[in-house]
Amino acid sequence: MVISVVVNGTRYERDVEPRMLLAYFLREELRLTGTHVGCDSSSCGCCTVVLDGTRAVKSCTMFAVMADGHAITTVEGLEQNGKLHPLQQAFWDNHGLQCGFCTPGMMMTAYAMLRHTPNPSEREIREGISGNLCRCTGYNNIVKAIAQAAKELTTVETVTDEIAAPQKETVPS
Amino acid sequence: MTATLGVPMKRKEDPRFIRGKGRYLDDIVLPNMLYLALVHSPYPHARIKSIDKSAALAVTGVKAVITGEDLNAAKLEWLPTFHGFDKQMVLAFGKVLYQYQEVAGVIAETREAAADAAELVEVEYEPLDPVVDPFESMKDAVILRDDREEKTNHIYHWEVGKRDETDAALAASPVRIKERIVAPRCHPAPLEPCGAIADMNTATGRLTVYLTSQAPHVHRTAFSLVTGIPEDKIHIISPDVGGGFGNKVPVYPGYVVATVASVILGIPVKWVESRTENLTTTGFARDYHMDVELGATTDGKLTALKVSTVADHGAFDAAADPRKYPAGMFGIVTGSYVFPAAFAQVDAYFTNKPPGGIAYRCSFRVTEAAYAIERAMDILASELKMDPVELRSLNFIKNEQFPFATPLGFVYDSGDYETTMRKALSLIGYDDLRKEQAEKRQRGDLMGIGVSTFTEVVGAGPGKHFDILGIKMFDSAEIRIHPTGAGIVRAGTRHQGQGHETTWAQIVGEELGLDPQDLLVEEGDTDTAPYGLGTYASRSTPVAGAALALAARRVREKARKIAAHLLEASEDDVEWKDYKFSLKGVPGKAVTMKEVAFAAYTNPAPDSEPGLEATYYYDPPNMTFPFGTYVAVVDIDRETGAVDVRRFLAVDDCGTIINPMIVEGQVHGGLTEGYAIAFMQEIKYDEAGNNLNTNFTEYLVPTALESPSWETARTVTPSPHHPLGAKGVGESPNVGSPQAFVNAVMDALSPLGVRHIDMPLTREKVWQAIRGATA
Repeated sequence: MVISVVVNGTRYERDVEPRMLLAYFLREELRLTGTHVGCDSSSCGCCTVVLDGTRAVKSCTMFAVMADGHAITTVEGLEQNGKLHPLQQAFWDNHGLQCGFCTPGMMMTAYAMLRHTPNPSEREIREGISGNLCRCTGYNNIVKAIAQAAKELTTVETVTDEIAAPQKETVPS
Repeated sequence: MTATLGVPMKRKEDPRFIRGKGRYLDDIVLPNMLYLALVHSPYPHARIKSIDKSAALAVTGVKAVITGEDLNAAKLEWLPTFHGFDKQMVLAFGKVLYQYQEVAGVIAETREAAADAAELVEVEYEPLDPVVDPFESMKDAVILRDDREEKTNHIYHWEVGKRDETDAALAASPVRIKERIVAPRCHPAPLEPCGAIADMNTATGRLTVYLTSQAPHVHRTAFSLVTGIPEDKIHIISPDVGGGFGNKVPVYPGYVVATVASVILGIPVKWVESRTENLTTTGFARDYHMDVELGATTDGKLTALKVSTVADHGAFDAAADPRKYPAGMFGIVTGSYVFPAAFAQVDAYFTNKPPGGIAYRCSFRVTEAAYAIERAMDILASELKMDPVELRSLNFIKNEQFPFATPLGFVYDSGDYETTMRKALSLIGYDDLRKEQAEKRQRGDLMGIGVSTFTEVVGAGPGKHFDILGIKMFDSAEIRIHPTGAGIVRAGTRHQGQGHETTWAQIVGEELGLDPQDLLVEEGDTDTAPYGLGTYASRSTPVAGAALALAARRVREKARKIAAHLLEASEDDVEWKDYKFSLKGVPGKAVTMKEVAFAAYTNPAPDSEPGLEATYYYDPPNMTFPFGTYVAVVDIDRETGAVDVRRFLAVDDCGTIINPMIVEGQVHGGLTEGYAIAFMQEIKYDEAGNNLNTNFTEYLVPTALESPSWETARTVTPSPHHPLGAKGVGESPNVGSPQAFVNAVMDALSPLGVRHIDMPLTREKVWQAIRGATA
């Protein structure tokens, strides 16, 4: 089945097996391997990507064909023009990662959360990322990182606008 | 140049991870690569009557189906376990011995075709009665392992200390307690599952295996021993590893089947386990049933400790313990205390469960031991009606007693237990908490304070005592400094999130006066890294960290010769001071390591060897003994059994600290795993041998919501024998914390007369204990 999906601002048209999960479409068809797969039951959140700029979805629980006509942002789409996204910078600054396996999914969940809740309390952050497991950090530093990124994003309006608008779309040759 | 040791440097490995550019095993795709899916047994104990591959082979894209009989024909049906006592079936033949045991492998062109075809492999079983409980297994009514000459389910008896003396001391003690304390079976469950890509190059005869490995060199040796392929023809690459916690130390059947398939087909074969496969077949820990007895005088002076343990090892004794230590470092069970007499014994049994006994974020059975003694100390305190803190203080090994030889065979390197405990009590406000608790008890509220003053043992070797597959537990480092003063640093360890790319650069930077940002750290490639035993058992900093410092000092000794040549002085007149080589007594006459590095390649002394590099293989003279005091404060809801961990403070002493940010991160993570073990994580089996926790909806690991907010602090008591004074920290929080949580809950429930509940302390168990006590 042929689908048309915009991923990180680039439109892709691909013929996919109807059972192919979005996670494997991203990882194996597009070779965007920052989206990870850590469980079979939609529990760990390592595969989280953002749908249409605002909604965090677990790409292991969505078929690639369900993404037809939608825009997907993955971890590879966070950095813009050589500048780290405030979430990426904050995870680095606050030692918010250790093995790094949960990190992309964790950041994408936070990205969508901060679109809805720009000034989250600690409790709201913890609730917001409760669908994402981390086995290394104990979450303290992840919570700190997201709070730092929230502050950064609300004080720099242009950055907020930048993540709100889907990136300029290009079609690969 | 300023100090780089002890600095909270941001991690050098993070830029790739935050960009999604890490390279984990499943990210690697090789040309024409095939995929392996395994077929698992639904029965925990059954005879295999027949296996029909035909339907699976008919699936489009399927290349081969491999069974235990096929491996038998190739003499590859067994794989060795790391301590060499036992062996493990690669694919079941004759009998299956645990539910989900690997029975066949399907190799196909796509992941999906392999999975589809695995469903179509028809295995006919004759179910047998399973033996799930080690206390049933020990009766030998059914002998589980047909393959062994010994017709018993008993695997080994291990003991340490003086039995008769300890029994006599216990009999003579005016106060005695005895408790069955269980460390239940649980699973490390790193978020990246285990996997392998085997790539046999038929043109060169060389096998490359990408492996989720905490110990790639040991795996190379093991692969060579299993397959008979010469070790120079095997190349193991452990790419970025998404968490290990002990799960990625052993060799698993999936690795071997993928390798066999690639060797036969001459095509790369990938196997990545699913989460269910992870939680049902690889990497089980604990399952220790410990009868703990303490003796004391009426004023609380300890007289004796005796621990008798029944260990459930599952169907194969695949524990990765050192050869001479089938029960690992369980002898650490005397903890931080002086015991005039002590004795510990472990008897291990086979059951119809998957192979157990891996060291889950602990240095081989240290978590079980620390839990046993710290729980028992609280039970004794309660018996004596003493404050558990005062009981501990009264019996601590005192500073002047170090190095301290315990009755169970360890020589503790250094410690200052009283100072660390007093710091913790002061920071948490212990006295005020006890007052608050007394007031709350008047009102019937359940508040508890739990303390753990643990000592652990990490950093194996020394090689004379500890080995894996006969290989001494040393570790290694190699440093090459380039002409411009940048360099490459390699070690025999393999990090899985511990931050070696940063801390190793800090150690070498400190020793050589070079910028850690210019020192590339590389691990995990057996073609380039020096041979090492790997990263587990908190051994990286105690062993490889020492090797790095000593390799750097070798570089510095060579550099001193070059500096003397540059300064036109004799070597004896050159001193290393303030990160430079200076001419003694001549202020301002100095050369930097960067200048020396350039000269090593462009202007070496006449008749000297050019270049600037060194290697060091370090066999530690002793283990290191990190310690700490942890305090948990809990409130329990009487109506629901819900436990709220209101505060948790960890004061750790891991000796000299290389990077305080990373140490704190390790502590946070380990505490969360300790919390998980205390309250949530257990792999349970029903009486029929069914695993009841086969995925993350049944095997509960903490999210950010359950995980408490951690408070941390430190004291520093350096290790006297480590070149930097460092002791290792990754496992302390996991070893030290479960008993702090459990002690806190039991303290809260003590007015109801509840003495002990086994982990995990689920809401249901706590509620039932309250109900049982108040009914």
